[in-house]
Amino acid sequence: MAEIFEMPQASPTMEKGTILAWHKSEGDALSPQDVIAEVETDKAAMAIEVFDAGFLLKILVAAGEEVPAGTPIAIIGKSADEDFSALLASTSAAPKKEAAAPKKKEEEAPTPTEAPASEPAGPGLPPLTWMGKAIDPSIMEVPAVYQAPGESGSGGRVRSSPASRRAAAERGLDLDRLKGTGPRGRITVADVEGAPSSALSSAAPLPSAEPTLIKHSAMRKTIARRLAQVWQEAPSFTLTAKFDCDRLVAFRADLKRAERNISPNDLLIRAVALALREVPEVNASWGEAEITRHNSVHIGMAVALDEGLITPVIRDADRKGLSAIAAESRDLATRARERKLKPEEFQGSTFTISNLGMMGIEHFTAILNPPEAAILALGALQQEPVVGPEGLRVGWVMRATMTCDHRVIDGALGARYLQALRRIVENPALLAG
Amino acid sequence: MATLQIREALRRAMREEMIRDPSVFLMGEEVAHYNGAYKVSQGMLEEFGELRVVDTPISEGGFAGLGVGAAMAGMRPIIEFMTWNFSFVAIDQVINSAAKIWQMSGGQYNIPMVFRGPNGLAENLGSQHSTAVDSIVAHFPGLKVVTYCDAHDAYGLLKSAIRDDNPVCFLESELTYGQKGEVPDQEFLIPLGQAKVRRPGKDLTILSWGKQVLMVEAAAAKLAEQGIEAEVVDLRSLRPLDQEAIYASVSRTRRCVVVHEGYLFAGVGAEIAARVQEVCFDHLDAPVLRVANRDINQPYATVLEKLVGPSIDRVLAAAHRVMGKASPAESTGTNALTP
Amino acid sequence: MKPESAPPDEPVESLDRLLRLPDPLPPCTRDELLGLYRQMALIRRVEELAAKAYTQRKILGFCHLYIGQESVAVGAAASTSDDYWITAYRDHGHAMAKGVSARAMMAELFGKRTGASQGQGGSMHIFDKSVRFMGGYGIVGAHVPMANGIAWAARAREEERVCVCFFGDGAANQGAFFEALCLAELYRLPVVFICENNGYAMGTPLHRQSAVTDMSLRARGVGMTREQLAGWDVQRVRQRVAAARQHALSGQGPVLLEIVTYRYRGHSMSDPAKYRPAGELEQVRERNDPLTLTRRDLQKDHGLDDAAIEAVLASVEEEADDSWAFAESSAEPDPATLYDFVYAPQTTSLAADTDLSAARPQES
Repeated sequence: MAEIFEMPQASPTMEKGTILAWHKSEGDALSPQDVIAEVETDKAAMAIEVFDAGFLLKILVAAGEEVPAGTPIAIIGKSADEDFSALLASTSAAPKKEAAAPKKKEEEAPTPTEAPASEPAGPGLPPLTWMGKAIDPSIMEVPAVYQAPGESGSGGRVRSSPASRRAAAERGLDLDRLKGTGPRGRITVADVEGAPSSALSSAAPLPSAEPTLIKHSAMRKTIARRLAQVWQEAPSFTLTAKFDCDRLVAFRADLKRAERNISPNDLLIRAVALALREVPEVNASWGEAEITRHNSVHIGMAVALDEGLITPVIRDADRKGLSAIAAESRDLATRARERKLKPEEFQGSTFTISNLGMMGIEHFTAILNPPEAAILALGALQQEPVVGPEGLRVGWVMRATMTCDHRVIDGALGARYLQALRRIVENPALLAG
Repeated sequence: MATLQIREALRRAMREEMIRDPSVFLMGEEVAHYNGAYKVSQGMLEEFGELRVVDTPISEGGFAGLGVGAAMAGMRPIIEFMTWNFSFVAIDQVINSAAKIWQMSGGQYNIPMVFRGPNGLAENLGSQHSTAVDSIVAHFPGLKVVTYCDAHDAYGLLKSAIRDDNPVCFLESELTYGQKGEVPDQEFLIPLGQAKVRRPGKDLTILSWGKQVLMVEAAAAKLAEQGIEAEVVDLRSLRPLDQEAIYASVSRTRRCVVVHEGYLFAGVGAEIAARVQEVCFDHLDAPVLRVANRDINQPYATVLEKLVGPSIDRVLAAAHRVMGKASPAESTGTNALTP
Repeated sequence: MKPESAPPDEPVESLDRLLRLPDPLPPCTRDELLGLYRQMALIRRVEELAAKAYTQRKILGFCHLYIGQESVAVGAAASTSDDYWITAYRDHGHAMAKGVSARAMMAELFGKRTGASQGQGGSMHIFDKSVRFMGGYGIVGAHVPMANGIAWAARAREEERVCVCFFGDGAANQGAFFEALCLAELYRLPVVFICENNGYAMGTPLHRQSAVTDMSLRARGVGMTREQLAGWDVQRVRQRVAAARQHALSGQGPVLLEIVTYRYRGHSMSDPAKYRPAGELEQVRERNDPLTLTRRDLQKDHGLDDAAIEAVLASVEEEADDSWAFAESSAEPDPATLYDFVYAPQTTSLAADTDLSAARPQES
């Protein structure tokens, strides 16, 4: 049976060959390993052999022509008189074969390019598999991802790349509030860069490259409006007095021994209220046409909140005992921090106390709480050297600074009030009154 | 419980296996009449005769190849290299023959044999007798690579290596042949491919193998004095590698230092570090560090030689680095390079 | 009594020890010789088809053909059929002579799962444990030391078998070869080393790669028995390999045979072998072709006519064509088996079971 003889792949890189010469003629007998032609390839001139015995029936590609490897170049038969017309027709009808190299690629067995990545189903190392078959663990493939025994998906921590952690820190973002889109839900730098502002960390952020914008809250707006207004409208001055508090501290210790839990602030609220009764001109407000002198003593006490401050009011403080004041101030402060005060509980004060002593502030000046004519800023109750009648000693002292609206309170009036306050603070027995 | 030198533990393992299985034989330079260059095979010629404890000429390629052929034809040879440094003239038999015949024969011939001998630094032997071959032999699929740090493991692991149906490279150490340890009288085998936690700890994992484990344990004791609890894991087998043990420890401690002889560049530590970061990425609090031989051919002089390999100071420095603490050792100059 | 592996008591003089044993086998019968002829013809035809398949890219990589040397493997197989064989990368002829079927051979070349080595080995790595064919190896000379181990095992297991180790003249310059000769003689191993001197180490002719061109002389330095013979005549190869085998099994040590032969083709399929002097190949084919010589013997000594021989060749043609068809139609290796050949599965017990009374540790 006649066979097509193709341009052989004479070297691994050969794509085309030029027939330099035919060494056999049509009709010649052939033996295995006979050189039938000489072909020039990309490398060299090569002798092209046949590997079957037979006869060269037909030369299809003439000397001098270049054809791709795999192209039919001759027809070889077992006998000299074989009819090869059908074979000849098929070669002329069929398009020339493509170069063998690309053909080979198609014939290659499909080579899996990656091992199937399987997420671990349970604790421990996921079983190694290849084509769905378990692999001997002694074979050193890298398992997908380690999951410690008993560990759920994330291992108890937010998955994040080191680069994303750095990016988040720079932007003051909280990784817990970000959603990771990386492998296995890992937070990537891209996730940090696209983070919403709600991811801003509540903790003090590290200095950020870009300023952070914080929208005004209603409370912030109110504070800003009222304080800016009073700052512009009220000509104010400040008076500072230093009180000797040894006896106040001793008095509080006595109360404590009597199991009455009264804070220094509670003592001061009552002292301030009693002093206001003594100097009622200070318990007043400036008006367009007149000064209002209040006949009730309602003490506002400033309470700091995360987003601002609020001044709950202890009404008729001059008429309330220490225990009542203590209970009420505790309750109001707690509910103020919880934002649970009713409007009447933080409105209507006639005089305000701001106390930063517990934060170690020695003395400070406060801005008036409009429409009140005065505000008292209390500093820390602290031990200092004190020169007394008996000489130098260590004593408890506290500085109080009163900011006065000069439209209502003149300097001497303010001083008179502080004198009254000093008398009570330094003689705590008067608090009983 | 007997207290044995490591050489005695190795000898006991070989003797027991030779009594158990007549196909096991020991072959190497001076293993028989000389009783072994390091006396590992002392007395074995007398017990087993010249057909089973066989002296060879200085011809590593020749007798390593003989071992491979004998293994193909049903024997279980133990081929002793006087040191693994000499295996280089025979490495073709290890890598191209022993490691590949099971595969290239399409699973017809397995090679149940052991190549064993001392590996790595042996002090003041200069450049050509101080090489650790771990990463070379561990590179090839088909070989198993096993090492030990004490007499107990030397015994149990060598017995498993001899019985293994695949070629095992068994890495010993001249420096520890005389080191004593307790070995139970009862026969036992330690499966290949199982790491051992030598010291538990919560702060970082130090992975090591071979005689370096002893140094790492000393370093871990110093770290403990500083309040750092290092977990020391002896891998014992580099192929197969107990990946489970590595990932379990590192995912718990979140920090990892790999300590080994042999060079940093393309060393086994590089492979382990790569795997740990790939598999345990989300568990890590610090980059994986390696303490290995500096990229220097081993000098002879003691003062220089001691600077090349891993040391307690270098392990401490690496541990401090992964713990985020500055180490005083880092500024001494000797550790100015990556530990 | 001295163990067989022990070195001799007296140093061996550097004598030239020639293999003096006479031909041990009776002459081939007609059927035996026809069988050898058929085997040689089959090897040649399968090799020709391999060459053809290579030009069609059905066989890839390296492909070293054995055409011209058939009488060596076939003659050796005639006297060592039950022994161990190991050879180098030009291994197709040896594999088939030793009993690997044309089908398994061709399928391996085609990289199919039905191949002798399941498609894991390829042309250079044909293995068949069932016929003690210990493989073809691709590192020149490196398999020669392994022959010693095979022989060691055969002797230790008291098998009446030698290891026949084939290699080329090129390998006789490799260090592993020298080491192997030293050890084989030292241990008196039953190995028959056969250096097939085909005149060329890859593309370098013999006289340009070795000052001594009788490679059997390599035996002198180690005290090994040797013989050089022409390899064209399959019957002579059969007899002399039988003599070498007899010597090796007698405990007197191995034998190095140099069998002079010729390869008709280049070192591999990509070597056009242009380094050969003009007319050399044609002259060898004309005068020394193993198939032609054996055909002549069959006709002259055994009275076979052309028709009988053509009938044999027709059956060879059919078997060779069948190997091609088989290889072509066989399935590719299953990718799921990719990891099956890293480690052999453990079958030896790892349980503690030794009687320790015989192995009490020796404490020092």
